[in-house]
Amino acid sequence: MTDASATPAQPSRSRSLHQTDANTKRRNAKEGRFKALGLGAIGLGLVFLVILMFSIISNGAGAFQQTFLQVPVYLDPAKLDKNGNRDPAEIAKVSTFGYAPLLQQGLLQAITDKGISTDLAKASELKNLISASAPNVVRQQVIANPDLIGQTVTFEVLASSRVDGYLKGRVKRDQIALDKNISVAQLDLTDALVKEGMAVKKFNWDFITGSDASESRAEQAGIGTSMIGSFFMMLVVLFLSLPIGVAASIYLEEFAPQNKFTDLIEVNISNLAAVPSIVFGILGLALFIQFGGGTLGISGLKASAPLVGGLVLTLMTLPTIIISTRAALKAVPPSIRDAALGVGASKMQSIFHHVLPLAMPGILTGTILGLAQALGETAPLLLIGMIGYIATNPPDGLISGFVDPNSAMPAQIYEWAKRADPAYYERAWGGIIILLIFLLSMNIIAILLRRKFERRW
Amino acid sequence: MPAIWLLVIVLVLAVAGYVLGRARVMRSASGDSRILHSLPRYYGIYVAMMTLVPALLLLGIWLVAQPMLVNLATRAEIPSAAVENHINLSLMMSEVHSTAADITTAVNAGTLDEGDLGTPDRASQALGRDIDAATLDAAKHYRSLDRIGDMARSVIVPLLALLFFFYTLSRIHKDMRARNVVEQGIKVLLVSAASIAILTTLGIVLSLVFNTIEFFRLYPARDFFFGTTWAPSFGGGSQLGILPLLWGTLYISLIALIVAVPIGLFAAVYLSEYASKPVRAVAKPLLEVLAGIPTIVYGLFALLTVGPALQTVFGRDALDIMPAASSVMTAGLVMGIMLIPFVSSLSDDIINAVPQAMRDGSYGLGATKSETIKQVVFPAALPGIMGAILLAASRAIGETMIVVLGAGAAARLDVNPFEAMTTVTAKIVSQLTGDADFASPEALVAFSLGMTLFVMTLALNIVALYIVRKYREQYE
Repeated sequence: MTDASATPAQPSRSRSLHQTDANTKRRNAKEGRFKALGLGAIGLGLVFLVILMFSIISNGAGAFQQTFLQVPVYLDPAKLDKNGNRDPAEIAKVSTFGYAPLLQQGLLQAITDKGISTDLAKASELKNLISASAPNVVRQQVIANPDLIGQTVTFEVLASSRVDGYLKGRVKRDQIALDKNISVAQLDLTDALVKEGMAVKKFNWDFITGSDASESRAEQAGIGTSMIGSFFMMLVVLFLSLPIGVAASIYLEEFAPQNKFTDLIEVNISNLAAVPSIVFGILGLALFIQFGGGTLGISGLKASAPLVGGLVLTLMTLPTIIISTRAALKAVPPSIRDAALGVGASKMQSIFHHVLPLAMPGILTGTILGLAQALGETAPLLLIGMIGYIATNPPDGLISGFVDPNSAMPAQIYEWAKRADPAYYERAWGGIIILLIFLLSMNIIAILLRRKFERRW
Repeated sequence: MPAIWLLVIVLVLAVAGYVLGRARVMRSASGDSRILHSLPRYYGIYVAMMTLVPALLLLGIWLVAQPMLVNLATRAEIPSAAVENHINLSLMMSEVHSTAADITTAVNAGTLDEGDLGTPDRASQALGRDIDAATLDAAKHYRSLDRIGDMARSVIVPLLALLFFFYTLSRIHKDMRARNVVEQGIKVLLVSAASIAILTTLGIVLSLVFNTIEFFRLYPARDFFFGTTWAPSFGGGSQLGILPLLWGTLYISLIALIVAVPIGLFAAVYLSEYASKPVRAVAKPLLEVLAGIPTIVYGLFALLTVGPALQTVFGRDALDIMPAASSVMTAGLVMGIMLIPFVSSLSDDIINAVPQAMRDGSYGLGATKSETIKQVVFPAALPGIMGAILLAASRAIGETMIVVLGAGAAARLDVNPFEAMTTVTAKIVSQLTGDADFASPEALVAFSLGMTLFVMTLALNIVALYIVRKYREQYE
């Protein structure tokens, strides 16, 4: 009875290698699924990137265009220069309130001349079409050139943000029932003005070079002043973090003995690199503004000053710069040091004359990347008062650029994102495009530097 | 004399020191630089360095110490009865400061004569605002002390520079080891640069600890750590319990990790095990672009794109579980996207560090690629990957801009991920950006929140680094 168990046929023994069996098929399918999952994950990541870029560009491109109105204005001498002596001091007494009706009157006149039919019969009903900044534009030109008074001059002024939004598709006819800043009749008129070529969309330089504006004048706001603020902060970061970072790295990489003190520094640097940025903001607030500016009374260390922002960002970027500088120093082969020592250089000379120049491209690359990181950093700036401050005036000098309150690009974007008027969202996206262009060019410079000067030993 | 002039004087002295030191040593070697111990310029640098550094150090310390000492001395002079008119001493001191500053400006501009300050009435008239007698006395006292300090500074700082200038110059001769001294000095500079890392940490800890202690003096610590209501009111009677904030923070971080970890891990596995070289060369940097984008961009993306998009599915018109565009889900999703490259590049490094021999062994036994990854590579890389996930978690907890813009402002203990909640970081921002005075518990609470955040992220980082380091030792 013992051989009975051997008799049943065993088909699996006779299978061919050319035929995949069920088990192999299952395993291969699993392999395929696993690979697809990996590919899918990368695809998903890239899809997110594309969506992000698409929403930035599609939402932000509008900020670079702005609607302007061509308004022929009769500069009425009876209103602007009552005494008729063209004295600039007297003309300057007429405030912007004196110019607003002239603009509205001029627009109404132009509408009637062109034969556009509209329900808006009174000049004051055209107020919502023209930006609140327009009277000032006219006033400045008149003060600069009093001879214009009495003539009819065509001015190009900003349209209001509602008109601009309507032409860009942001303001829709069916959504303005409760909006007291625009009416359907005014939108009809806008369409007619576009047809007559009196309202045109143009590239908006003022967005790039201009200053922030008050909440109700979205059409006037620009990112230029905060760009200057960011620039001064980056100067502080560059001139502090590069020397300090390089000095610290040279010590740690070339001189530091293996002891507790060195360990302490190393642990601190790696931890600081991972401390949340908001904590650096708290440090900046407590150390620089409360203690330095308040208790010690050091002028220049006050809220919203780019100097303080730069100091905080320096402390934040230092770990990044130290880590990359150490990597660059480590990449210089010991033979260089040995050769220098061999011909009689001191250790300090071998490092400063030979190792450091060879490591410079790597150090610069790391510094540029650190600066790029600092440029986009927002959270610490919120705590040291870079928001809530409307940066309407650019600084008027070098020292003023460092110590006078200003905003910074990311803080300005945040500020716009927080405002209630949707016209500001477009500005925020537009600001992001400019910020990303800066970051992109910094990264490209870093990559090119690395490509050009990188040496393989 | 203003500090900037002192700086110029000391700098000029240092430059003169360089020239003279160099000239002197050349004279002592009678023009033959070969018999010198060091190169001629080291002698110049030696004099310049010794002139510059002590004087600048003194100047720096003076600039910090003088206001402190003058403040203390002025404070001691103020009669306690006078303080009651000004609510507290620090408000009175700031009044004294601004009065002193105004007097100085007015005197410098020539619109005010020192003699006008005889009585409070005349001073008020001259400065155009109300000043009481005690403030005026204190301001005058402050100014006179400050002037004495300034005068002493203008004498002592240049004197110190001159002292070192002549002393070092007299020591110079051809056998002196100038290079060694200069290099020692540079080394001290390098060490102090490296110590800034320690000082920064110290600064963070001190500024958090002092203000936290101050806060707990005004508000019981037990209510802070175990309170379930967050309702600050600047009028007083706030409830400042941290639990709703912690819940929001952890909930958002959890969602972020649920998004980022699987995507990041699978991406890392594909990139390191499957991808051909060209695919890797394109896909890896593109994924890392996501890490280079500033967080403000993600914040705006959450607020204006993701939030409204989620609302079309879960909002009032559809499923009706998402009352507003900002919610835990909005912030969590966007934060997850931000963390994908963080997880993927860290895991990529770790997977690449697993020795090829282990894979080859597995293939030799007939395992497929995916089986090798799941049963050999992944377990070997697990500690490192855990470390990477912990680092990502610490990033998520400390992230600010995305939650400030995307998560909402209401502190809530809720399980619905489509409700708006808030986090520790968002509340730090909102408590410190108002016009609140720093002495109130409503502003000070931000420092205790910061302390909590700092301790949490520090613990996560230390554990993560420990795990990563321990794992690395196995294969090297």
